[in-house]
Amino acid sequence: MTASARRERSEVVHALRDAGITALISFGLFLPLVGLLTITNMNNELRLTTRLPLLVIFVALIAGVRLLVTLVIRPWAERRRALSTRKPFSIPRSFSRWFVPFAIGFLVVYPFISLAAVGYSGSLKWIDNFGIQILIYVMLGWGLNIVVGLAGLLDLGYVAFYAVGAYSYGLLASHFGLSFWILLPLAGILSSFWGILLGFPVLRLRGDYLAIVTLAFGEIIRIVLVNWVDLTNGYAGIAAIPRPTFFGIPFNTDDNGFAATFHLTFSPTHRTIFLYYLILGLALLTGYVTTRLRRLPVGRAWEALREDEIACRSLGINTTNTKLTAFAMGAMFAGFAGSFFAARQGFISPESFTFIESATILSIVVLGGMGSQIGVAIAAVAMIGGTEIMRDMDFLKAIFGDTFDPTQYRMLIFGFAMVLIMIWKPRGLIASREPSVFLKERKTISSELVKEGHG
Amino acid sequence: MAGEAMLRVEHLTMRFGGLVAVNDVSFEVHRGTIAALIGPNGAGKTTVFNCITGFYKPSEGRIALQHGDSSAWQSLDQLTDSGKRERRDANGALFLLERMPDYLVAQRARVARTFQNIRLFSGMTVLENLMVAQHNPLMLASGYTVLGVLGFPGYAVREYEAVEKARGWLERLELVDRADDPAGDLPYGAQRRLEIARAMCTDPVLLCLDEPAAGLNAHESAELNELLLAIRKDFGTTILLIEHDMSVVMEISDHIVVLDYGVKISDGTPEFVRNDPKVIGAYLGVEDDEVAEVEAEVGL
Ligand SMILES: Nc1ncnc2c1ncn2[C@@H]1O[C@H](COP(=O)(O)OP(=O)(O)OP(=O)(O)O)[C@@H](O)[C@H]1O
Ligand SMILES: [Mg+2]
Repeated sequence: MTASARRERSEVVHALRDAGITALISFGLFLPLVGLLTITNMNNELRLTTRLPLLVIFVALIAGVRLLVTLVIRPWAERRRALSTRKPFSIPRSFSRWFVPFAIGFLVVYPFISLAAVGYSGSLKWIDNFGIQILIYVMLGWGLNIVVGLAGLLDLGYVAFYAVGAYSYGLLASHFGLSFWILLPLAGILSSFWGILLGFPVLRLRGDYLAIVTLAFGEIIRIVLVNWVDLTNGYAGIAAIPRPTFFGIPFNTDDNGFAATFHLTFSPTHRTIFLYYLILGLALLTGYVTTRLRRLPVGRAWEALREDEIACRSLGINTTNTKLTAFAMGAMFAGFAGSFFAARQGFISPESFTFIESATILSIVVLGGMGSQIGVAIAAVAMIGGTEIMRDMDFLKAIFGDTFDPTQYRMLIFGFAMVLIMIWKPRGLIASREPSVFLKERKTISSELVKEGHG
Repeated sequence: MAGEAMLRVEHLTMRFGGLVAVNDVSFEVHRGTIAALIGPNGAGKTTVFNCITGFYKPSEGRIALQHGDSSAWQSLDQLTDSGKRERRDANGALFLLERMPDYLVAQRARVARTFQNIRLFSGMTVLENLMVAQHNPLMLASGYTVLGVLGFPGYAVREYEAVEKARGWLERLELVDRADDPAGDLPYGAQRRLEIARAMCTDPVLLCLDEPAAGLNAHESAELNELLLAIRKDFGTTILLIEHDMSVVMEISDHIVVLDYGVKISDGTPEFVRNDPKVIGAYLGVEDDEVAEVEAEVGL
């Protein structure tokens, strides 16, 4: 046996042993998670059943992937790394120049594409679950991007401002009958007011402390919403929130309704399409304003703050005010999104504003690449669209058996995807930074130099 | 020494717990001069800077800075007693720096500084670094962002002017070709000079430099000397610098203050300080009475 053959054999043995250990660990992990199932039977008794085949599939899959990684993928990656000095990845300018108008054009015609493809009732799902849902998160992601990506302040309670916007609309619309178009800016103002209120005591803190306090603030708002039953109706939430009208024309079957006015046959999809364009407009407004802000002195001060706060102060920048404006701006867009959410659902309850929402929005920002608007939009499409697609993945039943419900494994798959991306691109999908002003030539700045802020 | 006092540091004391980093230090810096603060490691030089620029609040003492006419000094005690931190009149203004937060010292009293460990915005371009330094006037021009977002044309003009000002500094530093590169990519010496240019973009009356020549080679040190002399000549900016590099200190400064263990041990012209036995003692690490011996050894 030659030396290299011997080495190869020992490598295979090593990989097999490694895969065996992995199988053992995943067996231990998944035995309670997947292998055991409790079911309440007809007599209301809790019965323990087992799902051994599914458990075996899981363990075999994990061990197989592990084997593949150690034997094939890792040596390949190492060879590649040894061969090439890695160039920092940045999107080519031609791509970003064409991508944005193309994407906006696509979004504008999207409802009609889906109408043409699957008809009125079929497209409801595509416009609502995909279109509107994703755009809400794109907007929230861009709003949070101001705070986290530009100013470098880690905010774990962003959903609080979303809730303030939603409840502002819900309460004011149902009690005072104010119209959506008045309440939209009002909700934004109220949210940014809360942003400033929270900001004042909190922005002296840094890093982890800031993260913890904002997290707590998010929870406080939610718990107030749950417990202040007189105002918010607690867990039961606020129902029958007035729906937005088409500039005064309601979407209903009446003679003065939207369908009758425009001589169309009534369909609930009309309202959905209207809401779609509404959130598209709001999201584009958010994107546009953020892009402009980045090129203004405030935006530059936000980024400078993320880079070095002490240097900012030595240049006469009032860092407290600068942080507050970042907080207020981010909160304002969350307030807009919140009031849209309330108008779209017609019903809100504290359930919609849990920590997991903050975490989802934050992961969109982090996955997208902190500071990059295109990256955040792509991450929102992937994460929220991914969730929705997961509902339709019936083909997985062919592998995992008929009782397999893909939506239950959503978080697992997410976590997995997130780990992969963090290995592949630790700074997010688009990590390079575009300068806000240039003398001769706009060059993107590689992520290695850009700081992430310290809180 | 030209001009009258522009900065007065009086009985400055800074304590960190039990440690007295600066102990009852008083000195003056005169308008239009280059003054140096020297002393062995840990003498308290950076701490003095941090007190002047508002990063530390002194335990005791008064730090007064004056703009314009020297008659402003007459109201110093009145200002101190009034509890206010600044006083302006037609002839000038007077500031009590120990009462002002750091960003106001830069914004209102117009004291700019650099840092011992370079603090550039390394992920921003060279040009952006100089633009951030012009934040306050640009903020005003953008109508505190409101007019800027709405796209009022006045702002574009001001921004253009700001870019031109930055370009002027880049030409001076011979960095125009690197304007659009990240500041963190510049060679070390260029980063040091860029930090000085960034401080100058805030239009300071007093420029405080913490070891600007640290890590520079002889050629770069000579360039730095020229830059500082040009700054004084072209902008009339008063310069206070901390430096270990004696070729810089002795060549360009008009006035030197020496600290050792937080105490001022000498204060005067380079000629005077160079021959002061206390200074020689402090630098060679010997007691005063042994200085004569040491002097004899080194052949003074
Ligand atoms: N924030 C602080 N907290 C506690 N002690 C401090 C602090 N800043 C400075 N000191 C102490 O004060 C003394 C003077 O420090 P300082 O940095 O002013 O010295 P320096 O003269 O600038 O020295 P160097 O030439 O090494 O820069 C040192 O003993 C230092 O440890
Ligand atoms: Mg120092």
